[in-house]
Amino acid sequence: MFNIVFLLRWTTKADIISTVEFNHTGELLATGDKGGRVVIFQQEIENKSLPQFRSEYNVYSTFQSHEPEFDYLKSLEIEEKINKIRWLPQKNAAQFLLSTNDKTIKLWKISERDKRPDGYNLKEDDGRCKDPNSITSLRVPVLIPMDLMVEASPRRVFANAHTYHINSVSVNSDHETYLSADDLRINLWHLEITDRSFNIVDIKPANMEELTEVITAAEFHPHQCNTFVYSSSKGIIRLCDMRESALCDRHTKLFEEPEDPSNRSFFSEIISSISDVKFSHSGRYMMTRDYLSVKIWDLNMENRPVETYQVHEYLRSKLCSLYENDCIFDKFECCWNGNDSVVMTGSYNNFFRMFDRSQRRDVMLEASRENSKPMQVLKPRKVCAGGKRKKDEISVDSLDFNKKILHTAWHPQDNIIAVATTNNLYIFQDKIN
Amino acid sequence: MSFATAMEVNVEARRILAVSISKLYASRSQRGGLRLHRSLLLSMVMRSARDIYHSSRESELASGEQPAAEEPMDTNCDPKEKARLAPEPADSSADMAPEVPDKDESDCDVAEDKENHSPTKQSRKRRGKASAAPDFLPSKRARLEPGEERYAAPPGSCRAGLGDSLSALSLNQVIPAF
Repeated sequence: MFNIVFLLRWTTKADIISTVEFNHTGELLATGDKGGRVVIFQQEIENKSLPQFRSEYNVYSTFQSHEPEFDYLKSLEIEEKINKIRWLPQKNAAQFLLSTNDKTIKLWKISERDKRPDGYNLKEDDGRCKDPNSITSLRVPVLIPMDLMVEASPRRVFANAHTYHINSVSVNSDHETYLSADDLRINLWHLEITDRSFNIVDIKPANMEELTEVITAAEFHPHQCNTFVYSSSKGIIRLCDMRESALCDRHTKLFEEPEDPSNRSFFSEIISSISDVKFSHSGRYMMTRDYLSVKIWDLNMENRPVETYQVHEYLRSKLCSLYENDCIFDKFECCWNGNDSVVMTGSYNNFFRMFDRSQRRDVMLEASRENSKPMQVLKPRKVCAGGKRKKDEISVDSLDFNKKILHTAWHPQDNIIAVATTNNLYIFQDKIN
Repeated sequence: MSFATAMEVNVEARRILAVSISKLYASRSQRGGLRLHRSLLLSMVMRSARDIYHSSRESELASGEQPAAEEPMDTNCDPKEKARLAPEPADSSADMAPEVPDKDESDCDVAEDKENHSPTKQSRKRRGKASAAPDFLPSKRARLEPGEERYAAPPGSCRAGLGDSLSALSLNQVIPAF
């Protein structure tokens, strides 16, 4: 497994990072936070052709995506926290991304301006109108260079389509439609149309007292524009084909692993709830994250995952304390690397884990200030579950459960990763040589 | 399972119930409103804990009389189960538990009843033993169509069987548009 070298650290000014996403080339990295802000970083590549290439990410654009709102009918505040950001594939000079809070999705256009017009006939450079009598000649205004300005403007607002809290958005491979999912429903949108969406999944029971399951995440297949999956609080993933019917309440495939009866406890249901689902880049596999593990599923096999990785098995005996301090409700995300050979997810104490599928190796690393020296190789960490603690190991009881890594992202092509602790963003790069 | 271990399970179940109730209560004032997913998970944990608690209680009361109106009230705390035909089996590890003081259970049940929260149904009515509305409140009764008769809901029977659930619902509960 590669060595991970620390590259950069950035602080969000005391607001909690709630989502992290690379764009399709990896040149841009977007973060959303609890205050409704989006910050985009751009990769500055130093001599990519050289073997010791090192890339830096600098702040490219910052804007306020969502503001707090109030639902007067229900007397509820609508949080401005950004739940998800998804980039659209680039079609022209501008970049587009979708950002969503609990209720409203917005399409943002991020564009560069590095020229400005100069030489107007009727007004001065500072904008004051010229006295018409003083104009004796006519000229054509020209564009002159200016300092680069990055502008973000909201191009579409997709509102009022979700009764419950939005947990996912996913752009379709047709680049024209996208889905948004809340606890009970999934809607299909066209990027150009904001006043209408189609409901494609509805699991709300006629009698809410019979509710046993909610939708926790949803994603379109990376290549098949008719296929999407959604995960549930019961640990079930359903794959749906939109060609079968307009309302995809009946799944095409259902992925579920039978529960191990020896692991049954008060909290079995909570820890089997899936917090994230991600297709592999190939489209052949999908990965799910539940509280204690990461599972890789082959889309051709529904009855069990092909691989299971325990993220922090030492927490299984601590579930009661984790229930009391609310940590058991934490929703960890997971991600694939560019060629689907490694998967990554976060844990507590600012630890995050990588599992190399092909080499059957895994490592636990830490994102912290102590490791912040530039170009320092990260040291693998180990947690001691019980018994004699070796040197350099950390015991389970001294883990800091307030320091959690919920959001991670992997560059689509290179071995560059973005890891978000509570209010710090760390970018690490694989050490070459 | 040994006597001591069964007792521990019972105590644990009660503790988890208490913790869950306080979490449900706290989630009321959460910014952004009640989270359906979280509330659902909380109610599942509460149900598991309650099932274990009651299975041990029932075995202990095998010789004694049934606790009266406390049973029905208890069910209200998890309204999702009201119409459920087959409640999930209790944790198989729960065994015959030793005597649990009556007072504790009624406290627990009344406490649950006070914090009568569910993400789905936010009835503001206290379903206590006196389930009839106080005198000073206007009587909220549905207008009857010609030929209809008014059915009286038996007091305290908030745990409606499937058959009379509708009539009990209309008199005692407010189902919000959700």
